Amino acid sequence: MTTEQHDSSVYEQIRATDRFQELRRRYRSWAFPMTVAFLVWYLLYVVLSAFARDFMAIKVLGNINVALIFGLLQFVSTFYISWAYARHSAAKLDPLADELRGEIEKADK
Amino acid sequence: MSHTTLATVLFLLFVVGTLAITFWASRQNKTAADYYAGGRAFSAAQNGLAIGGDYMSAASFLGIAGLIALYGYDGFLYSIGFLVAWLVALLLVAELMRNSGKYTMADVLAFRMSPRPVRTAAGVSTIVVSIFYLLAQMVGAGALVGLLLGITSDSGKALTIVGVGILMIVYVVVGGMKGTTWVQIVKAVLLMGGATLVTLLVLGKYGFNLSGLIGEAAAQSGKGKAFTEPGLRYGTDAQGIWGKFDLISLGLALVLGTAGLPHILIRFYTVPTAKDARKSVLWGIGIIGTFYLLTLVLGFGAAAMVGSEAIRTENAAGNTAAPQLALAIGEAIFGDIGGTILLAVIAAVAFATILAVVAGLTLASSSSFAHDLYAHVFKRGNVTEKQEILVARVSAFVIGAVAIGLGILAQAQNVAFLVALAFAIAASGNLPAILYSLFWKRFNTAGAVASIYGGLVSALVLVIFSPVVSGRPTSLIKDMDFHWFPMENPGLFSIPIGFLCGYIATRMSKEYNDAKYAEMEVRSLTGVGAEKASTH
Repeated sequence: MTTEQHDSSVYEQIRATDRFQELRRRYRSWAFPMTVAFLVWYLLYVVLSAFARDFMAIKVLGNINVALIFGLLQFVSTFYISWAYARHSAAKLDPLADELRGEIEKADK
Repeated sequence: MSHTTLATVLFLLFVVGTLAITFWASRQNKTAADYYAGGRAFSAAQNGLAIGGDYMSAASFLGIAGLIALYGYDGFLYSIGFLVAWLVALLLVAELMRNSGKYTMADVLAFRMSPRPVRTAAGVSTIVVSIFYLLAQMVGAGALVGLLLGITSDSGKALTIVGVGILMIVYVVVGGMKGTTWVQIVKAVLLMGGATLVTLLVLGKYGFNLSGLIGEAAAQSGKGKAFTEPGLRYGTDAQGIWGKFDLISLGLALVLGTAGLPHILIRFYTVPTAKDARKSVLWGIGIIGTFYLLTLVLGFGAAAMVGSEAIRTENAAGNTAAPQLALAIGEAIFGDIGGTILLAVIAAVAFATILAVVAGLTLASSSSFAHDLYAHVFKRGNVTEKQEILVARVSAFVIGAVAIGLGILAQAQNVAFLVALAFAIAASGNLPAILYSLFWKRFNTAGAVASIYGGLVSALVLVIFSPVVSGRPTSLIKDMDFHWFPMENPGLFSIPIGFLCGYIATRMSKEYNDAKYAEMEVRSLTGVGAEKASTH
């Protein structure tokens, strides 16, 4: 397969290039804060369900209370973040990753 | 024709159809990549459906609908945790794993470590998680047959479990990943169809007024307003403060478990590229999210139309709420025959669901045994592809048999609840090692081994000494009480223990391989050297 023919130091050289560092920065600077954000948002919901039951029980619309709306908002945020990630990676990650991969594979031959 | 006959006929149709697919797939299985990863040739949409098929288990369908029907709002929490968890898989794991692994979770963990100890640990943990998950599915099968055939005797249920077990072994042994993936796709379509149908009928009956449905559910639950609020299942006065922490523990286990489930992780290998892995997760999130919105209606619908008491009488843990709802709504709208037909359809779909998930789990665990433990640890890589696949098939038999045996034991538990334990074990044993491997430069062999065993053992020990196993009327062992851990779900403690063990052991060992980490980073982000799809 393709991996064995690489010298390990080749990978270290690629990793040190500005463009790879840029790719990694673009990936991590989006994915890490977003992960923290959705985990905090989700845990807030769980903790409120456990410890703020009077608040969660407030009725908003007919029999629909804060707890249910909060839960449905978790669906909305999950769908939104998935969509945003797809957009981010198509615009910022894929072109750079494809470019780098193309060059490495070309240099290989 | 009674509902039993009709359901049996429909289910047999599913079995015959999927077996045909399986045998067709087996004729195309030539290489190890075919057997383990379906030739990496599935499209993103196909794999997205298969992700849905693997994930929407008896726990999601029977278990969550049942928990909502019995406990109202607290059951809904499961749906949310199960869904949000996919963001961890999407943002942090799916693409990077596709690019740096081959067949199993351990491929990624062992990438820059000393392979034997890490593969051993990862293989053990894969098998333990899968067996817990399998156990839950088998309990679902037992509950269904009780309702459907009126079989309440233990031997009758045991016989069903044996039947399900044998079928799953055939799917896996004969069809490998390709056959199993097609079974998931067919099942996902059937399950979405069935759940959508019942949901629309229920909503239609209540004039598409969600508030009205919830009001009726609360009234019929016997719990009134409390039914729509948190707290019926977790943190009741009897449980005290630990019940509230148990809810948080459950929430953590659910959201962090998915990205550590071996049968989900190997799904990322069945598509040609990392981009397809991402797209398939997006498909999966769309399908799974929609499905959980449907289960909300199913659960409240079951409470409203069947009533919590009638559900509890049929199955104390609520596992039969969805089929009971199908019968009730069918009768209410189409008369007796309609009820019979709808019950038969939903029961057949539920059986198909169980069968498919069970096949996926068996594949994941037997693959890990053959590829990680047998080929790399026992034989140190000196095996041919043929031998390795033979071992995979044999271990599918053995794991199938173990699951059959355990499934006969745990009949009194709610399916979703049992699956949550599998999630807790996956989140404690697998996820820390996966995240450290992908993102922490300094991570090393000692850290990987310590985090897997630390998380796995602490989760298992806490479960064994929890009220799930002893000390309560619903416990596995009813007439003994050796529990000292106050919570049912161990995640709140065992997940941090997994992360902490990995951190401390890494810091205590000087070893680490920066050159290999450079290779892993470059490969995982750019896709250089990623395993290619096979062409035939």
